[in-house]
Amino acid sequence: MGTVDRSARDEILARIRAVRPDEPVSVPREYRTGPVAGGTVGEPGEAEAAALDGELIELLVDRLVDYRATVRRCAPQDVPGALAELLGEVPTVVVPPGAPVRWLSAYLGRIRRDGDPEPLTVADLDAPGVAVVTGCAVAIAQTGTLLLDGAPDQGRRLLSLVPDHHLCVVRAGQVVGGVPEALARLADPTRPTTLVSGPSATSDIELDRVEGVHGPRRLDVLVVTD
Amino acid sequence: MTTGTGNIVAPLPFPTAARRELADGQLRANLRRATHTIRDKRLRVVGEVPDWPALRRSGAAIKDDVLARLPELLEQFEAAATAAGATVHWARDATEACTLVTELVQRTGSTEVVKVKSMATQEIGLNEALAEVGIEAVETDLAELIVQLADDTPSHILVPAIHYNRRQIRDIFASRMPGVDLDKLTDDPPALAEAARRHLRAKFLSAKVAISGANFAVAETGTLVVVESEGNGRMCLTLPETLISVVGVEKLLPTFRDLEVFLQLLPRSSTGERMNPYTSLWTGVTPGDGPQTLHIVLVDNGRTETLADPVGRQALRCIRCSACLNVCPVYERVGGHAYGSVYPGPIGAILSPQMTGPDAGANRTLPYASTLCGACFDACPVRIDIPEVLVHLRQRGVDARRGRPSAERTAMRALAWTMRDRRRYAAALRAARRGAAPLRLVTGARGQVRRLPWPLSAWTASRDAPLPAGRTFRDWWAGRDRTGGEGTGGDRG
Ligand code: SF4
Repeated sequence: MGTVDRSARDEILARIRAVRPDEPVSVPREYRTGPVAGGTVGEPGEAEAAALDGELIELLVDRLVDYRATVRRCAPQDVPGALAELLGEVPTVVVPPGAPVRWLSAYLGRIRRDGDPEPLTVADLDAPGVAVVTGCAVAIAQTGTLLLDGAPDQGRRLLSLVPDHHLCVVRAGQVVGGVPEALARLADPTRPTTLVSGPSATSDIELDRVEGVHGPRRLDVLVVTD
Repeated sequence: MTTGTGNIVAPLPFPTAARRELADGQLRANLRRATHTIRDKRLRVVGEVPDWPALRRSGAAIKDDVLARLPELLEQFEAAATAAGATVHWARDATEACTLVTELVQRTGSTEVVKVKSMATQEIGLNEALAEVGIEAVETDLAELIVQLADDTPSHILVPAIHYNRRQIRDIFASRMPGVDLDKLTDDPPALAEAARRHLRAKFLSAKVAISGANFAVAETGTLVVVESEGNGRMCLTLPETLISVVGVEKLLPTFRDLEVFLQLLPRSSTGERMNPYTSLWTGVTPGDGPQTLHIVLVDNGRTETLADPVGRQALRCIRCSACLNVCPVYERVGGHAYGSVYPGPIGAILSPQMTGPDAGANRTLPYASTLCGACFDACPVRIDIPEVLVHLRQRGVDARRGRPSAERTAMRALAWTMRDRRRYAAALRAARRGAAPLRLVTGARGQVRRLPWPLSAWTASRDAPLPAGRTFRDWWAGRDRTGGEGTGGDRG
């Protein structure tokens, strides 16, 4: 659209100026923005911080299972084996450009890397038997949420959307307590960002929860802890 | 000042429309189950957040701050979104918004668009406007798809097809969904969801244009946010080449950080989940990722009118979570259609008449669609004092008619006097029907009472118009904008 009608804009802004409240509003922020696990609030010391990390991971796993995601935990050196096991018979795996090569070093099927050499097409991603493996930017324990922000190990939005099976690798250091900490950790909030909490779901028919409508129907999460 | 138009005008006085809906036993049973299930879930997940009261106070204050600084924040949003590659448009009312969007779609040459569930586009009647010029708008939210295939209107903000059971949905799919595999189509919810997945997948993969609303728009960054469950939103926001987002001017948040409050308040209040399955945030266009053309249409449509009222303006804080619907004893009985607007329930009762002004259709009767029990205020994540606004609007309606002697004025005044404060209203209710639930007053023993007892009787006597002969309420409602009757907002682009 080459030209935008300025008259509507100017009229709306003038109208609002004429009627808006003239008292400035101060916004209280007494809600929790710090570490939390299992409902406890407070600033942890060093010893508590280590214990808290463990608690946060327990909480994240609990929430993810509640959403009916499949959750596995493993040590860093066991990631390739754990991923290969989760992928099982899946014939083709798609990965974003920056996914570590070793992630899939134990997987025997076909690996397609986005952008190498060409960007994958929607048809590539929509083919039967395609799974996608990504990392994440940060994970929220309290709500069981994975944040994907398009960093090189996460890639374009459609990579984690079109395939029917999404595996997400979460490192222990990426797990935070609540929503405020997670948003504060995003490197650049203007990058396309997706918050994922479990597989896609609908409750539109008699409020019966059905997993899997348009997003991936299977979500696996691999939590990597030391 | 231009008032709001579109699908926010009640064609019938609330009691008349309510009586019709009350006759539908299926609707009532479904609604009761739905509202109770969601509100129990909501209570559970709200109960596990120790700082919920602080979050509500912050949510309310952030929105009040937005209203106080709206012109500056809109300009800031426009500048940030434009810098990120979006084109920002402004629409004074529903007609203007529909015309704008229609032209934008026509310019792409597409005759089909995919849509994410959006209250704003329902409000402005966009699907109807597109249909007039031969553009098919495909609703991709499962419930919206059901409603659209059935040629019906939504009955709940959040679960729009809650008035259908699984058998009815199967029948709708079997007869209306092109190419559906009848052998595999049972009335099992997973089978129905699978049918919808197949039907829509082809549309997602071929669509060139998508239309969305937005739950939030961040002034600081120009970011838009859509909160959803099924992934249809992600499909629409990611796959097509062109995205058109229709956003009410009150959807702004000042800073990105403010999302930390609303992404906690909204999912828990809305579906009773700790977090909804998918939330998408996008800012302008990103090379190589998602739509490469983004149009944002900022819509006033009566929001300024609402902002002008110092008591009523708090309705603009609303984040459309539908918690107030689910706790409302009146809504639970009559359902969404009785309110005659895309905004039903307690929030609709204060929002629709303010957006349109009281003289549109029967909107002036909507503030009476309440027992003033206060449950909506307690549930509201942004602390909108709905009972306060209801009482205020009742009074305003009466004042506006002062000096215009009419039977209705007398009736409205009697009603306003009765309902002005909760004690007096409660006393009237008790007098009316000893020991019965408040709504029995309106519905009567078999849902058929035609009059309210004094002092409310004058009102029913004057407002209680029968349905047009030979037509059902649904037919009449659906066809009202084509007949050009009064109060229809029949101004489709
Ligand atoms: S008025 Fe409050 S409770 Fe009702 S839909 Fe709006 S935000 Fe939710």
